[in-house]
Amino acid sequence: MVELTQTTIDTAEVLRCVSSPAAGAVVLFLGTAREFTAGRRTASLDYECYPAMAEKKLAELEAEARRRWPIVACAIVHRVGHLDLGEASVAVAVSAPHRHTAFEAGRWLIDTLKEVVPIWKKENWADGASKWVHPGLTQPNDECANDE
Amino acid sequence: MKVRVKLFAVARQLAGRDELELSLPAGATIGELRHALGEQSPELASLAQHAMFAVGTEYADDRTTIPENADLACIPPVSGG
Repeated sequence: MVELTQTTIDTAEVLRCVSSPAAGAVVLFLGTAREFTAGRRTASLDYECYPAMAEKKLAELEAEARRRWPIVACAIVHRVGHLDLGEASVAVAVSAPHRHTAFEAGRWLIDTLKEVVPIWKKENWADGASKWVHPGLTQPNDECANDE
Repeated sequence: MKVRVKLFAVARQLAGRDELELSLPAGATIGELRHALGEQSPELASLAQHAMFAVGTEYADDRTTIPENADLACIPPVSGG
C-alpha cells in the first residue's frame, strides 16, 4: 500500500495495514520534522510532490522490495503540505516472517525513496527565511519566506 | 512542436509559475530541452543543467526523444523522506 496524504499520518492505521499472522516481525520507520539542522533552527516544513509520478515511484518501490525480500506486507505513506515540528513526514512499515528481513527491506525502502521519489522539502527557518532543499544543487542565498 | 514542462520546488519558485511552454524541433531530445529551457528562461539555466527530466511519469535521459504531446516535467534533486 502506498499513499500521499495532506493530513496527519495515522501510524496505527499504517501498522494495521501490514499486520498479519504470517509475520513474526513488523518494522515501522517514521521520518519526523526536526528542529535543528547544522545548528540552524527550523520553524516548520512544507513538502510538495509530482503526485502522479510520486505515486508510481512509491508503488515501484513496494514491488521491488517484494521482489528482493520475502516480505508479507509493506506500507509507505508520505505527507505533503505544511508540517509542524515533530510531525511525521513519512511512514514506512514492513512485515516479514523474521526481523532481519523486515529491517533490511524497511531500510532499503526509506533510503531509496529519498533518492528517487519526486517529493521536495522546504525548510521554513525560525529567522523567517525559507529554502527548498535540493541535495547537491548550488543555490543562490536563501529566498525570502514571503516571495511565493 | 510545442511542449509543456511542469516545474516543481525551486524551479517553480525561480520561474514564478508551475508550467512553461516551449517550442522544440520535432524529434528533439531531453538534452535539447535542457538547453532550450535555459535559453528561454535564463533564471532556470543553471538548474536545468542539474535537474532530471521526466517524460510522462518516467525519468528520461538526455538521449531520449521527446514524443509529440508529451507531458514533461523538470525534476530538481529530490528531498522527500
